Amino acid sequence: MAAAADRPRRIRVQRDGPLLIEGPVEVVDEHGEVTVSDRFEVAVCTCRRSRLYPWCDTSHRRRERRTGTAADEGGRT
Amino acid sequence: MTSPSRHRPPQLPAPRGPLSAAVRAALLGAPPPQNIPEDSPAYGDDLQLALYTLYELHYRGFRDVPDTLEWDSALLACRAALEDRFLTALREDVPTTGTTATAALDELQVEPTADPDGTSVSFFLRDEGTLDQLREYAALRSLYHLKEADPHAWVIPRLHGRAKAGMVAVEFDEFGAGRPDEIHAELFADLMTDLKLETAYGHYVDAAPAEALATVNLMSLFGLHRALRGALVGHFAAVEVTSSPGSRRLAEALRRVGAGPAAVRFYTEHVEADAVHEQVVRQDVVAGLLESEPELDADVVFGVRATTYLEERLAARLLGAWRQEATALRGP
Repeated sequence: MAAAADRPRRIRVQRDGPLLIEGPVEVVDEHGEVTVSDRFEVAVCTCRRSRLYPWCDTSHRRRERRTGTAADEGGRT
Repeated sequence: MTSPSRHRPPQLPAPRGPLSAAVRAALLGAPPPQNIPEDSPAYGDDLQLALYTLYELHYRGFRDVPDTLEWDSALLACRAALEDRFLTALREDVPTTGTTATAALDELQVEPTADPDGTSVSFFLRDEGTLDQLREYAALRSLYHLKEADPHAWVIPRLHGRAKAGMVAVEFDEFGAGRPDEIHAELFADLMTDLKLETAYGHYVDAAPAEALATVNLMSLFGLHRALRGALVGHFAAVEVTSSPGSRRLAEALRRVGAGPAAVRFYTEHVEADAVHEQVVRQDVVAGLLESEPELDADVVFGVRATTYLEERLAARLLGAWRQEATALRGP
C-alpha cells in the first residue's frame, strides 16, 4: 500500500481513532524530534494518550471497569 | 537468530490416548482410525492432540513421516471426523445470534481498566507473574508464534478486492515486510532465546495442555476450510483488536521480571503493529468481506466468539495452575 508517486497520499480519518497514513512516515514534533516508521500503514495518535506517541497504542479506547473477561488473551499476530 | 536445526521438522508428539496413538501409528504406516469414539471429549487432550498432529502435516510435517501424507485420503477422512466433533462442540458452546460482526468486535474494543474477577492472564502476569510463569506462557504460545500468521495466509485466495489487499498488507507486516529477521515468528524465537527456552519448532507440543492445542487448532480449522473464511476473518480480527493492550501488559511483565530486550521487544512491537493491524483488519478485511459477502456476518461473529471462548478456557487453565503455584505445563 505504498503511496504511488502519481497520486496523493491517502490519510484516513475517524472520529474516535488514529489517523491512518500510508507509510513510510516521518513525524516531527514541536521540538524538532523526528520519529520514523516504515510500516505499510501507520496509525498516528490523535487522542494524545498514547505511551508510544506519535504512534497509536489503542489508548483512545473507551475504558470501563468490567467483569468476566479474558478477551485480551487472544495471542497476537 | 536462525539456526538451520531450529527449522527441522519436529518429532511426533507423545500420544495422550487411543485417538492420538492411532494417528501417530497411522503416520508411521498403520491404517488410520476409522471412527472416533463417542466418548472422546471434543476439547480433551486425546482428540485435540490427534487433530493437532494431522494439521501439522500442512505446516512443517514430522521427522520420519513422508510429506505426501498431507493429502492422504484416509488421513483426511480421519481429520474431517475430528474436525466435525470440534466444530460441532464449538457451534453448541458459542452463541452467534442477536449480534453482528461490528457489534461483536466493538465489545472487544472496550478496554478493561482492571481485572476484578482475576480471569485475565495478561493482568495476572503484569501484576504478579514470576519469571517461571512467563517462561511457561511463552513455551505454550510458541506453538502458534513460531508459525505466526501462517494459518491466516490460507484465507488469501478466498478473499477479493479490499479484503484481500488489506489482509495481504497485514500479513506482509507479520512476515517482516521483506526483512527475514523481522518476521514475527523470528522475533518470538528471539524472545524464547532471551527466556532460555528451546526455540526448535514444535518442541513444546508435549508440554501443552489441550486448552493450548485447541487455540491453535482453531486457526488451522478456519484457515484450511474455504467454507470457514468468514470465521477465519472474525478470528483474525478478534486477535488484532485485543492484541495491543494485552501486549503492553506482557511487555510490562517481562520488564518487571528482568527479561532481556528481545523478549520485551516482541510485545512492544505488537503494541504498535497491532494498533495499525486492528484498523486495517476492521476497515478493510472485515468490512470488505462483508460488503461482498454479507451473508457471512454470522460466520465472522462465530470466529470472534470462538476465539474468545477458547482463550478463556486456556486462561482458566493457566491461572488455575499458577494460583496454586503449580506448573501449567504437562509433565513428561
